[in-house]
Amino acid sequence: MHNKTLSELSAALQAGEFSSTELTQSYLDRISSLDPQINAFVTVTQQLALDTAAAADKRIAAGTAAPLTGIPLAQKDIFCTEGVKTTCGSKMLDNFISPYDATVIENFNAAGAVMLGKTNMDEFAMGSSNETSYYGPVKNPWDINKVPGGSSGGSAAAVAARLAPASTGTDTGGSIRQPASLCGITGLKPTYGRVSRYGMIAFASSLDQAGPMTRTAEDAAMMLNCMAGFDERDSTSAQRDVPDYTANLNDSLQGLTIGLPKEYFGEGLDAQVGSAVEAAIREYENLGAVVKEISLPNTHLAVPTYYVVAPAECSSNLSRFDGVRFGYRCDDPADLEDLYKRSRGEGFGAEVKRRIMIGAYALSAGYYDAYYIKAQQLRRLISDDFKRAFEEVDVIMGPTAPEPAFGLGEKSDDPITMYLSDIYTIAANLAGLPGMSVPAGFVNNMPVGLQIIGNYFDESRLLNVAHRYQQVTDWHARTPEQFK
Amino acid sequence: MSLTQDDVKKIAHLARLSISEDDIPAYEKELSNILGLVEQMSAVDTSDVAPMAHPLDMVQRLRDDVVTETDHHEQYQDIAPNVENSLYLVPQVIE
Repeated sequence: MHNKTLSELSAALQAGEFSSTELTQSYLDRISSLDPQINAFVTVTQQLALDTAAAADKRIAAGTAAPLTGIPLAQKDIFCTEGVKTTCGSKMLDNFISPYDATVIENFNAAGAVMLGKTNMDEFAMGSSNETSYYGPVKNPWDINKVPGGSSGGSAAAVAARLAPASTGTDTGGSIRQPASLCGITGLKPTYGRVSRYGMIAFASSLDQAGPMTRTAEDAAMMLNCMAGFDERDSTSAQRDVPDYTANLNDSLQGLTIGLPKEYFGEGLDAQVGSAVEAAIREYENLGAVVKEISLPNTHLAVPTYYVVAPAECSSNLSRFDGVRFGYRCDDPADLEDLYKRSRGEGFGAEVKRRIMIGAYALSAGYYDAYYIKAQQLRRLISDDFKRAFEEVDVIMGPTAPEPAFGLGEKSDDPITMYLSDIYTIAANLAGLPGMSVPAGFVNNMPVGLQIIGNYFDESRLLNVAHRYQQVTDWHARTPEQFK
Repeated sequence: MSLTQDDVKKIAHLARLSISEDDIPAYEKELSNILGLVEQMSAVDTSDVAPMAHPLDMVQRLRDDVVTETDHHEQYQDIAPNVENSLYLVPQVIE
């Protein structure tokens, strides 16, 4: 059962080949026997999963099932889940039982999907290796001495190891696409505002966006059908109809114009990763696409700009963790200031504290114009680069990450080197554009991802472009040896 | 851009973060390195560029002025560290 895609599982459940209860139990068994090797889950919701599966079986029998009814899923532990611990990978929320559901979770519940558990992640989604989690690092299923990427590392590893057929992630600077690339799965960050942020613990509110992490593009389309949509509880939710993302998967790519930004193939890119991406692009030419070199001249400014905008928004968002209303509180505070300072100092890990401090500095009196306003101006230049490019091309392609998965501990002492893991993904967040990572080969037995960036709200086309590639390649179907 | 240890202490205070004396040299170095990375921004002339606060030019939605929230305070306060008579308790602020 664990080698089937979502669409295959959905068809098998409807046809009565097996029940959701049997399917759910088989995944729970895999999690209990295999997850200790990779640490992808913070919480496994066994009883809740079996209860939901039983309800799904009734719904399937009654003939009122939706495509995801009875399908087991893993949810990133950044989504609030009522009655279930929601940690965001932090000691700060180790005791936090959410009193409500995120909209994304509500949508999956309404569809009758089954939650297997909550996945491990970098603390408050700040990291590119899953090593900043309070619950320990996640290991890459392709080589347990390597990182899975981050911040949605648990979600990526769970799908790669076949501990869940699909999962959710969130992407602020690459946190869906980079771990998808490093774990050899498919990941989609939709357009900013496409999926509700309500109940998704905020990191940088003008960048955060949730999306699916799956084996195939077709599965990502099924997941996005359930996740996307207007939500009045999210003030920046897009008021646009949601198309059926599975409808155009098989459209021809004849005449599709692919832009290759020269800045994405220069210094800093591992040569073998570059070769794998170029081979993928040749495959697209075989499918009838036309390739055009383009320039995104402000690409080199994306990482510096991001490391002002994201910390500034994070320092503001994370001020809510004050030791008063929920979450961690220090012992025996001397006074109110001591309560705030020690609750936060003891509750947050090192990377989160670094980013809060950078943000507080960038927003402080005397530095606001030089850092925050400057970064917002550069953000516009970066965004304008894409606007010009999309006048000439339909999609933009390049590598998702500059290299395959690196070793555990290899970069954890050097924040700057770690930040450069997201060098190709950050710009799409700054511009608010949708982006995907699709498995496109292996370098030294580790997966490599092809990144596809689309125009605003053009997720259907991204999924179509990814799906057609997956019809002629099998990179996405490979499974790590120990998890077959 | 390089920070001093006093800068680090000031920023930590602004952010209401206790950090141990032993960790200050490491923060001084790491935060200075991050600001060094960020410094690349200043090479670009942006005097004519309008700041972009948000990826989509959207207007703030308005809604009818009706009550949509129901009272959940008991449920929300269940998870608070210290509550009495529906009030969050903190150390005494006023002598």
